[in-house]
Amino acid sequence: MTLPAKQKRELESKLQAYVGKPIGPPQVGRDPVNVPMIRQWCDAMGDGHPAYTDPVAAERSVHRGLVAPPTMLQAWILPGFEMSVETEAPRDEQQALHKLLSDHGYTSVVATNCEQGYARYLRPGDELSAETVVESISEEKATALGIGYFIDTLTTFRDQNGDEVGWMKFRVLKFIPQQPAQTASSADAAPAKPQRIRPLLGHDNAWWWEIVNQGQLPIQKCNGCGALLHPPRPMCGHCQSTDLSHVIASGKGEVYSFVVMHHPQFPGYEYPLVAALVELEEGTRLVSNLVGCAPEDVHIGLPVRVCVERVDDELMLPVFRPAS
Amino acid sequence: MSETLRFEQVHVGDELPPLDVELSAAVIVGGALASRDFTPVHHSRAAAQAQGMSDVFMNILTTNGYVGRYVTDWAGVDALLQNVSIKLGAPNVVGDTMQMTGRVVAAEAETGVVVVEVTGRNSWGNHVAGTVRVALPAGA
Repeated sequence: MTLPAKQKRELESKLQAYVGKPIGPPQVGRDPVNVPMIRQWCDAMGDGHPAYTDPVAAERSVHRGLVAPPTMLQAWILPGFEMSVETEAPRDEQQALHKLLSDHGYTSVVATNCEQGYARYLRPGDELSAETVVESISEEKATALGIGYFIDTLTTFRDQNGDEVGWMKFRVLKFIPQQPAQTASSADAAPAKPQRIRPLLGHDNAWWWEIVNQGQLPIQKCNGCGALLHPPRPMCGHCQSTDLSHVIASGKGEVYSFVVMHHPQFPGYEYPLVAALVELEEGTRLVSNLVGCAPEDVHIGLPVRVCVERVDDELMLPVFRPAS
Repeated sequence: MSETLRFEQVHVGDELPPLDVELSAAVIVGGALASRDFTPVHHSRAAAQAQGMSDVFMNILTTNGYVGRYVTDWAGVDALLQNVSIKLGAPNVVGDTMQMTGRVVAAEAETGVVVVEVTGRNSWGNHVAGTVRVALPAGA
């Protein structure tokens, strides 16, 4: 699905040409900071902060008058309705950059990070402008949403006097969407509970999962040289034999290494998640989850035993628990 | 909105009262338009579905707005937001509920700033993990 190597190199060198440059002249807010827009924002956010909409309470506050919610910073310079209209010609270099990626199949975009700093609260009448620079573009990354590039921008906001009133670092992922979603059955149906990522089953490993589904942990064995192999494969790496069978593991082992996953969090998993590399007493190692044990109690050498457990509606997995 | 918290009243480990946000179409679309973000995925179901989502989903400015509001609801009128940093995960899609929780993770006596970690979870997992710096007035 991704690009051939040569096209990818050409794309990436074009991408790098955007780095370090402003996306265009400063964007100027269409309206000064104003109470009607603040009120509409507060309604949508359920924000009852009196200094945003109540002149009397605002006068008594530390602000001595009405102020805008600081998190509205970017709203003052967004162009609004025109964002809904697709245009052939990009309006600025950021759109040109996005179009370049779209033209190569990276058609979807999602914002992943936003950091804002506020030098002062804005007041009705303030007139904002903002200059945005492309700070960096990542290598191609595989994410839960699909394969894509992270684009980091830094926007500096200035008032009518040219003084900096705030800044924003923004990160988007421009990616190849995996597949169109099914249509929701009703307008307000909550999305289905996500499940863990499924194993990819093929000729070389489907037999292994079938045995796991019956509650046992198999280890592939070479009939040529007797070596034990994991993960399952079509040929022995030691003697090149394709005469392969399996044994059933005793299930005893110890933690060879492990990590505790906190971020990023993928739907369908519980966090913190202990991913352990377990050395089985037969000598092979496999990666799985360690459960029934607080992450801080996990250590290298911890004796564990396998338990084949149902981890969601469909999937059986050999997970490990402390042996004691 | 309650009285503003004083710096001395706040301690590391304090938890903010949880807040459930029902994600109606009005919240999602109203938030997008109030922030002047007319990107189609935030108001057009067809556009959202073309991106692999089941319905329209919250824009980042609205998430920012809710994170800021959640902290000032707790901290009070005279608390000053200094910095809001958020990471986005599972999208907030119409029909779901976002459960917001928060915890004080640092209190800086020199500046009177407290640091609050905010989490918003929906049925998919974490929608937002945020860190907010908010300055509180001194005095008991």
